[in-house]
Amino acid sequence: MKIVIINYGAGNIQSIMFAIERLGFKATLSNNRNEILSADKVIFPGVGEASSAMEKLIESGLYTLIPNLKQPVLGICLGMQLMCKSTEEGNTSGLGIFDVDVIKFAPILKVPQMGWNTIYNLQSPLFTEINENEYMYLVHSFYAPLCKETIATTNYGVEYASALQKNNFYGTQFHPEKSGAIGEQILRNFLNI
Amino acid sequence: MLAKRIIPCLDIKNGRTVKGVNFVDLRDAGDPVELAKIYSDEGADELVFLDISATEERRKTLVDLVRKVASTINIPFTVGGGISSVEDVAILLNNGADKVSINSSAVKTPQLINDLAQKFGSQCVVVAIDAKQINGQWIVHLVGGKVPTELNLFDWAIEVAERGAGEILFTSMDNDGTKNGFANEALAKLSELVNIPIIASGGAGNIQHFVDAFKEGKADAALAASVFHFKEIEIKDLKQQIKNNNIEIRI
Repeated sequence: MKIVIINYGAGNIQSIMFAIERLGFKATLSNNRNEILSADKVIFPGVGEASSAMEKLIESGLYTLIPNLKQPVLGICLGMQLMCKSTEEGNTSGLGIFDVDVIKFAPILKVPQMGWNTIYNLQSPLFTEINENEYMYLVHSFYAPLCKETIATTNYGVEYASALQKNNFYGTQFHPEKSGAIGEQILRNFLNI
Repeated sequence: MLAKRIIPCLDIKNGRTVKGVNFVDLRDAGDPVELAKIYSDEGADELVFLDISATEERRKTLVDLVRKVASTINIPFTVGGGISSVEDVAILLNNGADKVSINSSAVKTPQLINDLAQKFGSQCVVVAIDAKQINGQWIVHLVGGKVPTELNLFDWAIEVAERGAGEILFTSMDNDGTKNGFANEALAKLSELVNIPIIASGGAGNIQHFVDAFKEGKADAALAASVFHFKEIEIKDLKQQIKNNNIEIRI
């Protein structure tokens, strides 16, 4: 199986590389169009600030490539947020795959949300053999409100979408690569799709 | 609900764990990677590696260690100790660290906090603050509590949060090593003053101390070293009893 992690200069991608290796696979880091197109599975990571990440996607042409991919694609954290219609962070438009606008947490609770929170109302092959209310590791200040593409819900002062799916596109706000054995199972599920 | 976090801290010198550890089942008690794996399997929510080596070779050894840890464990970890530039941080993050902790370098060059937050995002910038009370004032100290600064703990905490720190790791030098509990009053005040997570450190001696740090100190996470290394407290028991106290925790 050919797994490509999209490398567009946004944040720590080493953790996801290592996580794939722990599952017994090898992933390639690439921003090359043909490499990405020929992959069986594509992972779209991202840590950092949204508008500068989006600029990098536009400069590299990945902006038009990613929404047209036909194989399973998994966006993680900022990757998921960039797959949405827009984000309030840096007021930037996104790739428009998920029909939802990402907004900032109101400062009722501490922002960023940092740590382990539960996911529930799971509805996707991504969560095969995953129980309701397992804890996942999350670090974020912006979130996708609940919408028709929501496949997992988390509560942080407000109930929001901690995972999204539309056709072959999957997105998790949490970091499966940093969420212990359960997170690894979710990654394995993605690779099995 | 977001769970409170339990964070074991490992002191590292030249790539090895230095403080004595008491795990009979460890092949090599000095191997930080093996220790990290055990803590992660026992339910630690995060790990902190504090590099206290002073040799020229330190950076390379630390980078090797970060890679080994990142390839082995599947929970987040923070690396601290002697980090003083954007380049230092880039190397650690590129090798698999999730966060870095800065202390003296932030006091000397506060702009470093802004630079790191802008370049890598606040989520990976932990500012560690060591403080102790002098004439009723919490004063920030450097070099493991040896050198007082002119900074007040609370003013400094507000400043680091404004500059973009994602988290504050507050060690009370008055409590550190006493095993008499965390500095809950100061912790609670910090938690009210800033809107970023606060990690409590210094003073853990028993399970009740952790419960108190969360309930009275309103801490988001609690860090400890020796009580875990010497197995005075087992992480599994600790988390179960925290849960029994109706505190949200990941079991």
